[in-house]
Amino acid sequence: MTAFFQGLGLPFGAAWAISTICGILLIALPVMLAVAMVIYVDRKVWASMALRRGPNVVGPFGILQSFADGLKVFLQETIIPSAANKGLFLIAPIITFTVALLAWAVIPFNSGAILADINVGLLYILAISSLGVYGIVIAGWSSNSKYPFFSAMRASAQMISYEVSIGFILICVVLWAGSFNLNDIVKAQHGFGLGFINGFWCSPLLFPMWVMFLISSMAETQRAPFDLTEAESELVAGYQTEYSSMAFALFWLGEYGNVLLMCALNATLFWGGYLPPVELAILYWIPGWIWLILKIAFGFFVFSWVKATVPRYRYDQLMRLGWKIFLPVSLLFVFLVSGYLMATGHFA
Amino acid sequence: MIQAIAFYLFATLTIFSGAVTILARNPVHSVLWLILAFFNAAGLMILIGAEFIAMLLVIVYVGAVAVLFLFVVMMLDIDFSQLRAGFIKNFPLGLALAFVLLAELLMGVGAYKAGGLALGTANAATAPIAGLSNTAAIGALLYSRYLFLFETAGIILLVAMIGAIVLTHRQRGDVRGQNVSRQNARRPEEATINLQPEVGKGVTL
Repeated sequence: MTAFFQGLGLPFGAAWAISTICGILLIALPVMLAVAMVIYVDRKVWASMALRRGPNVVGPFGILQSFADGLKVFLQETIIPSAANKGLFLIAPIITFTVALLAWAVIPFNSGAILADINVGLLYILAISSLGVYGIVIAGWSSNSKYPFFSAMRASAQMISYEVSIGFILICVVLWAGSFNLNDIVKAQHGFGLGFINGFWCSPLLFPMWVMFLISSMAETQRAPFDLTEAESELVAGYQTEYSSMAFALFWLGEYGNVLLMCALNATLFWGGYLPPVELAILYWIPGWIWLILKIAFGFFVFSWVKATVPRYRYDQLMRLGWKIFLPVSLLFVFLVSGYLMATGHFA
Repeated sequence: MIQAIAFYLFATLTIFSGAVTILARNPVHSVLWLILAFFNAAGLMILIGAEFIAMLLVIVYVGAVAVLFLFVVMMLDIDFSQLRAGFIKNFPLGLALAFVLLAELLMGVGAYKAGGLALGTANAATAPIAGLSNTAAIGALLYSRYLFLFETAGIILLVAMIGAIVLTHRQRGDVRGQNVSRQNARRPEEATINLQPEVGKGVTL
Protein backbone atom coordinates (compact mmCIF):
# COMPACT_ATOMS: atom_id res chain seq x y z
CA MET A 1 0.00 0.00 0.00
CA THR A 2 3.02 2.24 0.58
CA ALA A 3 3.83 2.03 -3.12
CA PHE A 4 0.30 3.22 -3.98
CA PHE A 5 0.62 6.34 -1.82
CA GLN A 6 4.12 6.96 -3.18
CA GLY A 7 2.60 6.82 -6.64
CA LEU A 8 0.42 9.78 -5.60
CA GLY A 9 3.61 11.82 -5.26
CA LEU A 10 4.16 11.56 -1.49
CA PRO A 11 7.64 11.06 -0.03
CA PHE A 12 8.35 7.60 1.40
CA GLY A 13 7.98 8.55 5.06
CA ALA A 14 4.57 10.16 4.64
CA ALA A 15 3.35 7.40 2.33
CA TRP A 16 4.45 4.77 4.84
CA ALA A 17 2.72 6.56 7.73
CA ILE A 18 -0.54 7.03 5.80
CA SER A 19 -0.59 3.45 4.53
CA THR A 20 0.07 2.10 8.03
CA ILE A 21 -2.77 4.17 9.47
CA CYS A 22 -5.05 2.98 6.66
CA GLY A 23 -3.97 -0.61 7.39
CA ILE A 24 -4.77 -0.21 11.07
CA LEU A 25 -8.22 1.17 10.26
CA LEU A 26 -8.80 -1.57 7.67
CA ILE A 27 -8.14 -4.19 10.35
CA ALA A 28 -9.49 -2.58 13.52
CA LEU A 29 -12.86 -1.42 12.17
CA PRO A 30 -13.87 -4.78 10.62
CA VAL A 31 -12.65 -6.55 13.76
CA MET A 32 -14.89 -4.36 15.92
CA LEU A 33 -17.81 -4.92 13.56
CA ALA A 34 -17.05 -8.65 13.64
CA VAL A 35 -17.05 -8.58 17.44
CA ALA A 36 -20.53 -7.03 17.42
CA MET A 37 -21.71 -9.68 14.97
CA VAL A 38 -20.18 -12.67 16.79
CA ILE A 39 -21.84 -11.61 20.03
CA TYR A 40 -25.12 -11.93 18.13
CA VAL A 41 -24.02 -15.24 16.57
CA ASP A 42 -22.95 -16.57 19.95
CA ARG A 43 -26.34 -15.80 21.46
CA LYS A 44 -28.16 -17.26 18.46
CA VAL A 45 -26.15 -20.50 18.49
CA TRP A 46 -26.55 -20.82 22.23
CA ALA A 47 -30.28 -20.17 21.96
CA SER A 48 -30.89 -22.67 19.19
CA MET A 49 -28.99 -25.36 21.08
CA ALA A 50 -31.22 -24.68 24.08
CA LEU A 51 -34.31 -24.68 21.80
CA ARG A 52 -34.92 -20.98 22.37
CA ARG A 53 -35.23 -18.20 19.83
CA GLY A 54 -32.45 -15.91 20.97
CA PRO A 55 -32.39 -12.23 19.98
CA ASN A 56 -35.04 -11.74 17.29
CA VAL A 57 -36.56 -8.30 17.79
CA VAL A 58 -34.08 -5.63 16.72
CA GLY A 59 -33.66 -5.64 12.94
CA PRO A 60 -34.25 -8.64 10.65
CA PHE A 61 -33.65 -11.87 12.66
CA GLY A 62 -32.47 -9.67 15.52
CA ILE A 63 -29.23 -9.00 13.67
CA LEU A 64 -28.90 -5.48 15.10
CA GLN A 65 -29.22 -6.66 18.71
CA SER A 66 -25.55 -5.99 19.53
CA PHE A 67 -25.80 -2.42 18.28
CA ALA A 68 -28.92 -1.83 20.38
CA ASP A 69 -27.08 -3.24 23.39
CA GLY A 70 -24.11 -1.03 22.61
CA LEU A 71 -26.31 2.05 22.44
CA LYS A 72 -28.01 1.13 25.71
CA VAL A 73 -24.69 0.63 27.47
CA PHE A 74 -23.35 3.86 25.99
CA LEU A 75 -26.22 5.85 27.45
CA GLN A 76 -25.91 4.37 30.92
CA GLU A 77 -24.28 6.16 33.80
CA THR A 78 -20.69 5.25 34.64
CA ILE A 79 -20.55 4.33 38.30
CA ILE A 80 -17.19 4.33 40.04
CA PRO A 81 -17.24 2.79 43.52
CA SER A 82 -16.01 5.30 46.11
CA ALA A 83 -13.51 2.80 47.54
CA ALA A 84 -12.07 1.99 44.12
CA ASN A 85 -8.64 3.00 42.96
CA LYS A 86 -10.01 5.39 40.36
CA GLY A 87 -7.17 5.63 37.83
CA LEU A 88 -6.52 1.91 37.63
CA PHE A 89 -10.24 1.16 37.71
CA LEU A 90 -10.68 3.14 34.48
CA ILE A 91 -7.45 1.94 32.82
CA ALA A 92 -8.25 -1.78 33.24
CA PRO A 93 -11.03 -2.08 30.62
CA ILE A 94 -9.00 0.04 28.21
CA ILE A 95 -6.06 -2.35 28.56
CA THR A 96 -8.28 -5.37 27.92
CA PHE A 97 -9.84 -3.83 24.83
CA THR A 98 -6.60 -2.46 23.36
CA VAL A 99 -4.71 -5.70 23.85
CA ALA A 100 -7.48 -7.60 22.06
CA LEU A 101 -7.00 -5.35 19.01
CA LEU A 102 -3.18 -5.12 19.09
CA ALA A 103 -2.40 -8.71 18.19
CA TRP A 104 -4.29 -8.52 14.89
CA ALA A 105 -1.35 -6.59 13.42
CA VAL A 106 0.55 -9.77 12.54
CA ILE A 107 -2.31 -11.94 11.24
CA PRO A 108 -1.90 -12.44 7.46
CA PHE A 109 -5.19 -11.87 5.61
CA ASN A 110 -3.77 -12.82 2.24
CA SER A 111 -0.37 -13.50 0.81
CA GLY A 112 1.31 -10.15 1.48
CA ALA A 113 -1.78 -8.57 3.09
CA ILE A 114 -0.36 -8.23 6.59
CA LEU A 115 0.05 -5.06 8.59
CA ALA A 116 3.36 -5.89 10.29
CA ASP A 117 5.30 -8.62 8.50
CA ILE A 118 7.79 -9.14 11.33
CA ASN A 119 10.18 -12.06 11.88
CA VAL A 120 8.89 -12.79 15.35
CA GLY A 121 5.16 -12.60 14.62
CA LEU A 122 4.18 -15.57 16.74
CA LEU A 123 6.30 -14.37 19.66
CA TYR A 124 4.61 -10.99 19.32
CA ILE A 125 1.22 -12.67 19.66
CA LEU A 126 2.42 -14.57 22.73
CA ALA A 127 3.74 -11.35 24.23
CA ILE A 128 0.54 -9.43 23.57
CA SER A 129 -1.73 -12.19 24.80
CA SER A 130 0.30 -12.40 27.99
CA LEU A 131 -0.65 -8.76 28.57
CA GLY A 132 -4.33 -9.65 28.55
CA VAL A 133 -4.17 -10.85 32.14
CA TYR A 134 -3.30 -7.34 33.37
CA GLY A 135 -6.66 -5.88 32.40
CA ILE A 136 -8.40 -8.49 34.52
CA VAL A 137 -5.98 -8.42 37.45
CA ILE A 138 -5.99 -4.63 37.64
CA ALA A 139 -9.78 -4.56 37.37
CA GLY A 140 -10.10 -7.07 40.17
CA TRP A 141 -7.68 -5.31 42.46
CA SER A 142 -8.77 -1.72 41.83
CA SER A 143 -12.45 -2.49 42.39
CA ASN A 144 -11.55 -2.98 46.04
CA SER A 145 -14.23 -5.57 46.45
CA LYS A 146 -14.18 -9.25 47.40
CA TYR A 147 -15.53 -11.05 44.36
CA PRO A 148 -13.58 -9.13 41.72
CA PHE A 149 -10.44 -9.81 43.74
CA PHE A 150 -11.06 -13.55 43.86
CA SER A 151 -11.72 -13.44 40.15
CA ALA A 152 -8.45 -11.61 39.49
CA MET A 153 -6.56 -14.26 41.47
CA ARG A 154 -8.19 -17.03 39.49
CA ALA A 155 -7.58 -15.26 36.19
CA SER A 156 -3.88 -14.75 36.75
CA ALA A 157 -3.31 -18.36 37.82
CA GLN A 158 -5.42 -19.70 34.97
CA MET A 159 -3.85 -17.63 32.21
CA ILE A 160 -0.28 -18.31 33.32
CA SER A 161 -0.98 -22.05 33.53
CA TYR A 162 -2.38 -22.35 30.05
CA GLU A 163 0.13 -19.99 28.46
CA VAL A 164 2.83 -22.55 29.23
CA SER A 165 1.17 -25.34 27.29
CA ILE A 166 0.18 -22.95 24.48
CA GLY A 167 3.85 -22.01 24.22
CA PHE A 168 4.89 -25.63 23.75
CA ILE A 169 2.11 -26.25 21.22
CA LEU A 170 3.25 -23.24 19.22
CA ILE A 171 6.83 -24.53 19.33
CA CYS A 172 5.69 -27.71 17.56
CA VAL A 173 4.14 -25.61 14.78
CA VAL A 174 7.18 -23.34 14.58
CA LEU A 175 9.53 -26.34 14.34
CA TRP A 176 7.57 -27.67 11.41
CA ALA A 177 7.26 -24.34 9.65
CA GLY A 178 10.81 -23.23 10.47
CA SER A 179 9.77 -19.66 11.16
CA PHE A 180 8.05 -17.40 13.68
CA ASN A 181 6.63 -15.32 10.84
CA LEU A 182 2.92 -16.08 10.45
CA ASN A 183 3.06 -15.56 6.70
CA ASP A 184 5.80 -18.18 6.41
CA ILE A 185 3.85 -20.52 8.70
CA VAL A 186 0.86 -20.28 6.36
CA LYS A 187 3.09 -20.86 3.33
CA ALA A 188 4.60 -23.94 4.99
CA GLN A 189 1.09 -25.45 5.10
CA HIS A 190 0.74 -25.23 1.34
CA GLY A 191 0.01 -28.76 0.15
CA PHE A 192 1.06 -30.13 3.55
CA GLY A 193 -1.15 -33.23 3.56
CA LEU A 194 -0.17 -35.48 0.60
CA GLY A 195 0.36 -32.39 -1.52
CA PHE A 196 -3.40 -31.84 -1.51
CA ILE A 197 -4.64 -30.65 1.88
CA ASN A 198 -3.57 -27.20 3.10
CA GLY A 199 -3.14 -27.16 6.84
CA PHE A 200 -1.04 -28.61 9.62
CA TRP A 201 -4.05 -30.31 11.21
CA CYS A 202 -3.83 -33.38 8.96
CA SER A 203 -0.49 -34.51 10.38
CA PRO A 204 -0.92 -37.23 13.03
CA LEU A 205 1.68 -35.45 15.16
CA LEU A 206 0.04 -32.03 14.93
CA PHE A 207 -3.63 -33.01 15.10
CA PRO A 208 -3.47 -33.70 18.88
CA MET A 209 -1.68 -30.35 19.20
CA TRP A 210 -4.59 -28.69 17.42
CA VAL A 211 -7.10 -30.23 19.83
CA MET A 212 -5.00 -29.11 22.79
CA PHE A 213 -4.59 -25.65 21.31
CA LEU A 214 -8.36 -25.33 20.95
CA ILE A 215 -8.95 -26.32 24.57
CA SER A 216 -6.09 -24.17 25.86
CA SER A 217 -7.35 -21.18 23.90
CA MET A 218 -10.73 -21.58 25.56
CA ALA A 219 -9.01 -21.53 28.93
CA GLU A 220 -6.81 -18.61 27.89
CA THR A 221 -9.79 -16.49 26.83
CA GLN A 222 -11.83 -17.61 29.82
CA ARG A 223 -14.63 -18.99 27.74
CA ALA A 224 -16.98 -21.70 28.92
CA PRO A 225 -16.29 -24.35 30.18
CA PHE A 226 -13.35 -22.52 31.77
CA ASP A 227 -15.14 -19.25 32.61
CA LEU A 228 -14.31 -19.53 36.29
CA THR A 229 -13.29 -15.91 36.50
CA GLU A 230 -16.88 -14.85 36.02
CA ALA A 231 -18.63 -17.90 37.40
CA GLU A 232 -21.93 -16.29 38.37
CA SER A 233 -22.85 -18.98 40.87
CA GLU A 234 -19.72 -18.23 42.92
CA LEU A 235 -18.41 -14.78 42.10
CA VAL A 236 -21.44 -12.68 41.01
CA ALA A 237 -19.85 -11.45 37.75
CA GLY A 238 -16.19 -11.84 38.65
CA TYR A 239 -13.89 -8.96 37.84
CA GLN A 240 -16.69 -7.09 36.06
CA THR A 241 -18.92 -6.91 39.12
CA GLU A 242 -18.27 -3.23 39.89
CA TYR A 243 -18.24 -2.08 36.27
CA SER A 244 -21.05 -0.36 34.46
CA SER A 245 -21.70 1.44 31.20
CA MET A 246 -18.88 1.78 28.66
CA ALA A 247 -16.23 0.33 30.96
CA PHE A 248 -18.26 -2.87 31.13
CA ALA A 249 -18.80 -2.78 27.37
CA LEU A 250 -15.06 -2.52 26.77
CA PHE A 251 -14.51 -5.68 28.80
CA TRP A 252 -17.22 -7.37 26.84
CA LEU A 253 -15.81 -6.33 23.47
CA GLY A 254 -12.27 -7.18 24.55
CA GLU A 255 -13.33 -10.65 25.63
CA TYR A 256 -14.96 -11.42 22.29
CA GLY A 257 -12.06 -9.76 20.47
CA ASN A 258 -9.73 -12.19 22.22
CA VAL A 259 -11.94 -15.13 21.29
CA LEU A 260 -11.90 -14.03 17.64
CA LEU A 261 -8.14 -13.62 17.79
CA MET A 262 -7.74 -17.15 19.12
CA CYS A 263 -9.98 -18.41 16.30
CA ALA A 264 -7.84 -16.48 13.78
CA LEU A 265 -4.70 -17.96 15.29
CA ASN A 266 -6.25 -21.41 15.16
CA ALA A 267 -7.10 -20.89 11.48
CA THR A 268 -3.65 -19.48 10.67
CA LEU A 269 -1.59 -22.07 12.51
CA PHE A 270 -3.50 -25.27 11.86
CA TRP A 271 -6.06 -24.76 9.09
CA GLY A 272 -3.93 -23.07 6.45
CA GLY A 273 -4.84 -19.43 7.10
CA TYR A 274 -5.75 -17.67 3.88
CA LEU A 275 -5.15 -20.78 1.75
CA PRO A 276 -8.17 -22.77 0.56
CA PRO A 277 -8.70 -26.01 2.48
CA VAL A 278 -7.59 -28.22 -0.42
CA GLU A 279 -5.44 -27.72 -3.50
CA LEU A 280 -7.95 -27.13 -6.29
CA ALA A 281 -7.36 -24.42 -8.86
CA ILE A 282 -11.00 -23.38 -8.75
CA LEU A 283 -10.86 -22.68 -5.01
CA TYR A 284 -8.11 -20.11 -5.57
CA TRP A 285 -10.66 -17.93 -7.38
CA ILE A 286 -12.09 -17.09 -3.99
CA PRO A 287 -9.85 -14.44 -2.36
CA GLY A 288 -7.73 -15.50 0.60
CA TRP A 289 -9.32 -13.25 3.21
CA ILE A 290 -12.70 -14.90 2.59
CA TRP A 291 -11.16 -18.30 3.35
CA LEU A 292 -9.64 -16.86 6.51
CA ILE A 293 -12.98 -15.40 7.60
CA LEU A 294 -14.75 -18.70 6.90
CA LYS A 295 -12.19 -20.56 9.00
CA ILE A 296 -12.49 -18.02 11.81
CA ALA A 297 -16.27 -18.36 11.68
CA PHE A 298 -16.00 -22.13 11.90
CA GLY A 299 -13.64 -21.82 14.86
CA PHE A 300 -16.04 -19.47 16.57
CA PHE A 301 -18.91 -21.87 15.99
CA VAL A 302 -16.90 -24.54 17.83
CA PHE A 303 -16.40 -22.09 20.71
CA SER A 304 -20.16 -21.38 20.90
CA TRP A 305 -20.99 -25.04 20.57
CA VAL A 306 -18.75 -25.92 23.51
CA LYS A 307 -20.18 -23.05 25.54
CA ALA A 308 -23.71 -24.29 24.92
CA THR A 309 -23.05 -27.93 25.72
CA VAL A 310 -20.22 -28.40 28.23
CA PRO A 311 -20.73 -27.76 31.96
CA ARG A 312 -18.30 -25.51 33.79
CA TYR A 313 -15.10 -27.02 35.17
CA ARG A 314 -14.24 -26.96 38.84
CA TYR A 315 -11.17 -24.87 39.60
CA ASP A 316 -8.99 -27.76 40.77
CA GLN A 317 -9.95 -29.72 37.65
CA LEU A 318 -8.89 -26.75 35.53
CA MET A 319 -5.49 -26.58 37.20
CA ARG A 320 -5.06 -30.35 37.00
CA LEU A 321 -5.83 -30.33 33.28
CA GLY A 322 -3.36 -27.52 32.68
CA TRP A 323 -0.39 -28.67 34.72
CA LYS A 324 -0.71 -32.43 34.96
CA ILE A 325 -2.06 -33.26 31.51
CA PHE A 326 -1.48 -30.53 28.96
CA LEU A 327 2.00 -29.52 30.09
CA PRO A 328 3.57 -33.02 30.02
CA VAL A 329 1.74 -34.03 26.85
CA SER A 330 2.69 -30.89 24.96
CA LEU A 331 6.29 -31.26 26.13
CA LEU A 332 6.24 -34.86 24.92
CA PHE A 333 5.00 -33.70 21.54
CA VAL A 334 7.81 -31.14 21.27
CA PHE A 335 10.19 -34.10 21.60
CA LEU A 336 8.20 -36.26 19.18
CA VAL A 337 7.89 -33.52 16.56
CA SER A 338 11.53 -32.46 16.72
CA GLY A 339 12.65 -36.10 16.74
CA TYR A 340 10.49 -36.88 13.72
CA LEU A 341 11.75 -33.82 11.88
CA MET A 342 15.37 -34.68 12.65
CA ALA A 343 14.86 -38.29 11.56
CA THR A 344 13.27 -37.29 8.27
CA GLY A 345 15.95 -34.69 7.56
CA HIS A 346 13.55 -31.75 7.67
CA PHE A 347 16.22 -29.33 8.86
CA ALA A 348 18.92 -30.39 6.40
CA MET B 1 14.62 11.41 12.85
CA ILE B 2 11.80 9.07 13.84
CA GLN B 3 14.37 6.71 15.39
CA ALA B 4 15.66 9.55 17.52
CA ILE B 5 12.15 10.52 18.64
CA ALA B 6 11.35 6.89 19.44
CA PHE B 7 14.61 6.41 21.30
CA TYR B 8 14.17 9.48 23.47
CA LEU B 9 10.53 8.58 24.12
CA PHE B 10 11.37 5.04 25.22
CA ALA B 11 14.47 6.06 27.15
CA THR B 12 12.72 8.88 29.02
CA LEU B 13 9.77 6.67 29.84
CA THR B 14 12.06 3.88 31.04
CA ILE B 15 13.92 6.19 33.41
CA PHE B 16 10.75 7.95 34.52
CA SER B 17 8.84 4.76 35.24
CA GLY B 18 11.90 3.29 36.94
CA ALA B 19 12.03 6.30 39.23
CA VAL B 20 8.29 6.19 39.94
CA THR B 21 8.62 2.47 40.74
CA ILE B 22 10.75 3.47 43.71
CA LEU B 23 8.83 6.59 44.64
CA ALA B 24 5.26 5.30 44.35
CA ARG B 25 3.55 5.04 47.73
CA ASN B 26 1.40 2.08 46.80
CA PRO B 27 3.32 -1.16 46.10
CA VAL B 28 0.80 -2.27 43.48
CA HIS B 29 1.38 0.99 41.62
CA SER B 30 5.10 0.32 41.91
CA VAL B 31 4.75 -3.03 40.17
CA LEU B 32 2.65 -1.49 37.42
CA TRP B 33 5.27 1.20 36.82
CA LEU B 34 7.90 -1.52 36.76
CA ILE B 35 5.92 -3.24 34.02
CA LEU B 36 5.90 0.00 32.04
CA ALA B 37 9.68 0.18 32.47
CA PHE B 38 10.06 -3.40 31.13
CA PHE B 39 7.88 -2.49 28.22
CA ASN B 40 9.89 0.56 27.26
CA ALA B 41 13.10 -1.43 27.62
CA ALA B 42 11.63 -3.86 25.09
CA GLY B 43 10.97 -0.86 22.82
CA LEU B 44 14.65 0.11 23.10
CA MET B 45 15.65 -3.44 22.17
CA ILE B 46 13.52 -3.25 19.04
CA LEU B 47 15.22 0.03 18.10
CA ILE B 48 18.65 -1.66 18.03
CA GLY B 49 17.21 -4.48 15.93
CA ALA B 50 17.05 -7.16 18.62
CA GLU B 51 13.40 -8.04 18.12
CA PHE B 52 13.78 -11.58 19.48
CA ILE B 53 15.21 -10.34 22.79
CA ALA B 54 12.51 -7.67 22.96
CA MET B 55 9.72 -10.22 22.58
CA LEU B 56 11.32 -12.52 25.13
CA LEU B 57 11.61 -9.60 27.53
CA VAL B 58 7.90 -8.94 27.23
CA ILE B 59 6.90 -12.62 27.39
CA VAL B 60 9.12 -13.56 30.32
CA TYR B 61 9.21 -10.40 32.42
CA VAL B 62 5.90 -8.74 31.67
CA GLY B 63 3.94 -11.90 30.99
CA ALA B 64 5.20 -14.11 33.78
CA VAL B 65 7.54 -12.54 36.34
CA ALA B 66 5.61 -9.30 36.82
CA VAL B 67 2.30 -11.17 37.04
CA LEU B 68 3.72 -13.17 39.93
CA PHE B 69 5.05 -9.98 41.54
CA LEU B 70 1.64 -8.41 41.20
CA PHE B 71 0.02 -11.54 42.54
CA VAL B 72 2.15 -11.48 45.68
CA VAL B 73 2.05 -7.73 46.23
CA MET B 74 -1.72 -7.58 45.85
CA MET B 75 -2.16 -10.18 48.56
CA LEU B 76 0.19 -8.52 51.02
CA ASP B 77 -1.41 -6.24 53.52
CA ILE B 78 1.26 -3.59 53.87
CA ASP B 79 1.30 -0.98 56.58
CA PHE B 80 2.92 2.09 55.03
CA SER B 81 3.68 3.94 58.24
CA GLN B 82 5.62 0.92 59.44
CA LEU B 83 7.57 0.83 56.20
CA ARG B 84 8.45 4.50 56.44
CA ALA B 85 9.56 4.15 60.05
CA GLY B 86 12.71 2.30 58.97
CA PHE B 87 13.62 4.98 56.45
CA ILE B 88 15.99 7.04 58.62
CA LYS B 89 17.66 3.96 60.05
CA ASN B 90 18.38 2.42 56.66
CA PHE B 91 19.26 5.69 54.95
CA PRO B 92 23.10 5.47 55.36
CA LEU B 93 23.13 1.91 54.07
CA GLY B 94 21.06 2.89 51.06
CA LEU B 95 23.32 5.85 50.39
CA ALA B 96 26.41 3.63 50.52
CA LEU B 97 24.80 1.20 48.10
CA ALA B 98 23.95 4.05 45.76
CA PHE B 99 27.59 5.21 45.80
CA VAL B 100 28.83 1.72 45.00
CA LEU B 101 26.43 1.49 42.07
CA LEU B 102 27.45 4.93 40.83
CA ALA B 103 31.14 4.02 41.07
CA GLU B 104 30.57 0.82 39.13
CA LEU B 105 28.62 2.71 36.49
CA LEU B 106 31.43 5.26 36.14
CA MET B 107 33.99 2.48 35.89
CA GLY B 108 31.95 0.83 33.18
CA VAL B 109 31.63 4.05 31.22
CA GLY B 110 35.36 4.73 31.71
CA ALA B 111 36.31 1.29 30.44
CA TYR B 112 34.03 1.73 27.45
CA LYS B 113 35.53 5.16 26.70
CA ALA B 114 39.04 3.74 26.92
CA GLY B 115 38.13 1.71 23.87
CA GLY B 116 39.61 -1.61 24.95
CA LEU B 117 36.39 -3.47 24.34
CA ALA B 118 34.99 -4.55 21.06
CA LEU B 119 31.81 -6.56 21.17
CA GLY B 120 32.23 -10.20 20.27
CA THR B 121 36.00 -10.25 19.91
CA ALA B 122 36.96 -11.57 23.32
CA ASN B 123 38.14 -15.18 23.23
CA ALA B 124 37.52 -16.58 19.82
CA ALA B 125 34.61 -14.80 19.02
CA THR B 126 31.83 -14.47 16.84
CA ALA B 127 31.52 -12.27 13.94
CA PRO B 128 27.92 -11.33 13.47
CA ILE B 129 26.27 -13.88 11.24
CA ALA B 130 25.23 -12.09 8.11
CA GLY B 131 21.94 -12.67 6.39
CA LEU B 132 20.28 -14.54 9.24
CA SER B 133 17.25 -13.37 11.16
CA ASN B 134 17.70 -12.49 14.79
CA THR B 135 16.10 -15.70 16.04
CA ALA B 136 18.15 -17.96 13.77
CA ALA B 137 21.40 -16.18 14.64
CA ILE B 138 20.83 -16.50 18.39
CA GLY B 139 19.85 -20.15 17.96
CA ALA B 140 22.90 -20.90 15.84
CA LEU B 141 25.19 -19.40 18.49
CA LEU B 142 23.46 -20.89 21.55
CA TYR B 143 23.38 -24.40 20.19
CA SER B 144 26.88 -24.49 18.75
CA ARG B 145 29.52 -22.26 20.26
CA TYR B 146 27.86 -21.59 23.60
CA LEU B 147 26.15 -24.96 23.97
CA PHE B 148 27.96 -25.82 27.20
CA LEU B 149 27.19 -22.47 28.84
CA PHE B 150 23.61 -22.64 27.66
CA GLU B 151 23.05 -26.13 29.04
CA THR B 152 24.78 -25.18 32.28
CA ALA B 153 22.43 -22.23 32.68
CA GLY B 154 19.55 -24.62 32.10
CA ILE B 155 20.81 -27.02 34.78
CA ILE B 156 21.29 -24.16 37.25
CA LEU B 157 17.72 -22.99 36.66
CA LEU B 158 16.42 -26.53 37.07
CA VAL B 159 18.30 -26.98 40.33
CA ALA B 160 17.04 -23.63 41.59
CA MET B 161 13.49 -24.60 40.71
CA ILE B 162 13.72 -27.97 42.45
CA GLY B 163 15.36 -26.27 45.43
CA ALA B 164 12.53 -23.74 45.72
CA ILE B 165 9.95 -26.51 45.56
CA VAL B 166 11.76 -28.62 48.15
CA LEU B 167 12.16 -25.66 50.51
CA THR B 168 8.52 -24.59 50.39
CA HIS B 169 6.83 -27.93 50.08
CA ARG B 170 5.47 -29.42 53.25
CA GLN B 171 3.83 -32.75 53.54
CA ARG B 172 0.52 -32.49 55.30
CA GLY B 173 -1.09 -35.68 56.41
CA ASP B 174 -4.57 -34.32 57.03
CA VAL B 175 -5.37 -33.29 53.47
CA ARG B 176 -7.82 -35.48 51.65
CA GLY B 177 -6.73 -35.67 48.05
CA GLN B 178 -8.78 -36.86 45.13
CA ASN B 179 -8.04 -39.88 43.05
CA VAL B 180 -9.52 -38.79 39.76
CA SER B 181 -9.24 -42.08 37.92
CA ARG B 182 -10.97 -43.84 40.82
CA GLN B 183 -13.73 -41.25 40.80
CA ASN B 184 -14.23 -41.70 37.09
CA ALA B 185 -14.21 -45.50 37.36
CA ARG B 186 -16.97 -45.45 40.00
CA ARG B 187 -20.29 -46.85 38.81
CA PRO B 188 -23.74 -46.33 40.36
CA GLU B 189 -23.96 -50.02 41.38
CA GLU B 190 -21.00 -49.77 43.76
CA ALA B 191 -21.82 -46.30 45.00
CA THR B 192 -25.47 -46.82 45.96
CA ILE B 193 -27.44 -49.43 47.84
CA ASN B 194 -31.13 -50.07 47.61
CA LEU B 195 -32.79 -50.93 50.94
CA GLN B 196 -36.27 -51.06 52.33
CA PRO B 197 -35.74 -50.48 56.05
CA GLU B 198 -38.37 -51.30 58.59
CA VAL B 199 -40.06 -48.34 60.22
CA GLY B 200 -38.07 -47.09 63.22
CA LYS B 201 -35.02 -49.26 62.53
CA GLY B 202 -32.85 -46.99 60.41
CA VAL B 203 -30.02 -48.07 58.13
CA THR B 204 -26.45 -49.10 58.87
CA LEU B 205 -24.03 -47.82 56.29
